Amino acid sequence: MIWVNDIIQGVLLGGLYALFACGLSLLFGVMKVINLAHGDLAIVAGYLAVGVIALTHIPAVWSFIIVVPLFAALGYLVQRTLIQASLNRGVLTTLLVTFGLSVVIENALQQFFSANSRSIGIGSLVSDSFSIGSQITIAYLDLVIFVVAVIVLLGLQYLLSSSRQGRLIRAVADDREAAQLSGADYRHVFGIAAGIAFATVALAGIAYGMYTSFDPSSGTTALLLLFAFEAVVIGGLGSLWGTLVGGILLGVVQQLGAQINSNDQVLAGQLLFLLILLVLPQGITSIRRTA
Amino acid sequence: MSQPLLQVSDLTVHHGQLRALNQVSLTIGAGEVQAMIGANGAGKSTLLRTISGLKAATSGTITFDGADVARLRAERRVAAGIVMVPEGRRLFPSLTVEENLQVGASYARKGPWSIERVYELFGWMPGRRRQLAAQLSGGEQQAVAIGRALVANPRLLLLDELSLGLAPVVVARIYDTLPELLASGVTVLLVEQDVSQALRVASRVHCLLEGRITLQGEPSRLSPADIEAAYFGLSSARREPAPNPGSGE
Repeated sequence: MIWVNDIIQGVLLGGLYALFACGLSLLFGVMKVINLAHGDLAIVAGYLAVGVIALTHIPAVWSFIIVVPLFAALGYLVQRTLIQASLNRGVLTTLLVTFGLSVVIENALQQFFSANSRSIGIGSLVSDSFSIGSQITIAYLDLVIFVVAVIVLLGLQYLLSSSRQGRLIRAVADDREAAQLSGADYRHVFGIAAGIAFATVALAGIAYGMYTSFDPSSGTTALLLLFAFEAVVIGGLGSLWGTLVGGILLGVVQQLGAQINSNDQVLAGQLLFLLILLVLPQGITSIRRTA
Repeated sequence: MSQPLLQVSDLTVHHGQLRALNQVSLTIGAGEVQAMIGANGAGKSTLLRTISGLKAATSGTITFDGADVARLRAERRVAAGIVMVPEGRRLFPSLTVEENLQVGASYARKGPWSIERVYELFGWMPGRRRQLAAQLSGGEQQAVAIGRALVANPRLLLLDELSLGLAPVVVARIYDTLPELLASGVTVLLVEQDVSQALRVASRVHCLLEGRITLQGEPSRLSPADIEAAYFGLSSARREPAPNPGSGE
């Protein structure tokens, strides 16, 4: 039974990873930008939520109503200025610029908020749980985060496949010149895609701040970026469903690793990642595509 | 004809150091079909890409319906009514046939063309609307590419190398749709390596050689020898009997 519990905990943890990863997956899928500041942006969202809660006194769980739209606007702005300017200079430049952004964000947070760790206080919700049988305990927060992740991925999938804006995003991802010839300003479409990606990373950052405490350097030291990357690669680049599957697999394997030895949690995840790279370099979703 | 629909004057365009177009001028009236012919690398596609706004001009003017459009970005020129079917078709491969047309219609002007009308023009298309564009044959892709441009309701349609990589019978079938396009009020400037095809449909042809227009006129008034000389850059003194340029491609 203990294994069943581990698998359930792993699936729930995987939801958080997938929530982190979907913005990364979207940015790469649409404009081939690998955003090395992704983890740090999530932490910025966490701090922003802390600030919003302190200023407005709204219940912590509702802070996303303010933070997510702010981040979407920020995403559009950052895309239209910084990222577009670096895109015009080549793919390597975007890598360097987002790496620089990551360093700038960490140091700016350090400057303004000190190195003390914070968390988004949600009272007893953080530890409330329910039990199934004697061995399985599920925290409400974990379950809520998992459900949010699934809703976000479903919503993104629907947006991309069925809305006018999603169609334009896919068209620009396929061939931006041809999209221009259909009257679409690809810079604007990129901006919208970045806005969506930033909105999801804000949700992930808030979820993470409720889940555990964070400090200015958590974006890199807590391995958020690494896990997000692994979820994307395990699932298959550019596939949102793959990202969900990748996040869940990573979460489950990490939990099982931790069960063997509590030091082995991260190691088990990395071994899965290497194994996938070795046998299925196109990711899990490539199985269905070739079948 | 009060004023021409498109007037290109002294257009010069560079690819880096290379001068791809040199002082090219041409005038197209509403409702006309004009064709650019010329060998590979003569600058035909560069001319269309510059008119559509994908390529910036070094100097010269592009006047469309009385307004200077040379500084407008490609997507703004679509809104003005200049729409190009690019070389190599350039469909969105991961989108379905219908989605390709829907993208084309996203910023459409008001006009006679709609997705339904394109489906009437190409009868096979509705049955395959859910298929990915990447799965179509070359000729079918070309038809979708034309449809995608038409649903934007262009006033000036730029057609770049429709015949490229297609069997002659398929090319003929695609050119058969031209009268219906013209009947809807579209003006056409096309680039074609298939000279006989261009001479057949155009009211006026221009021959480009190394970025310059070496010959222009009505097809009926141009002799094959003149076209051949302009096409290959032969001076009349050195001209020898040679195969018909139309079949030489």
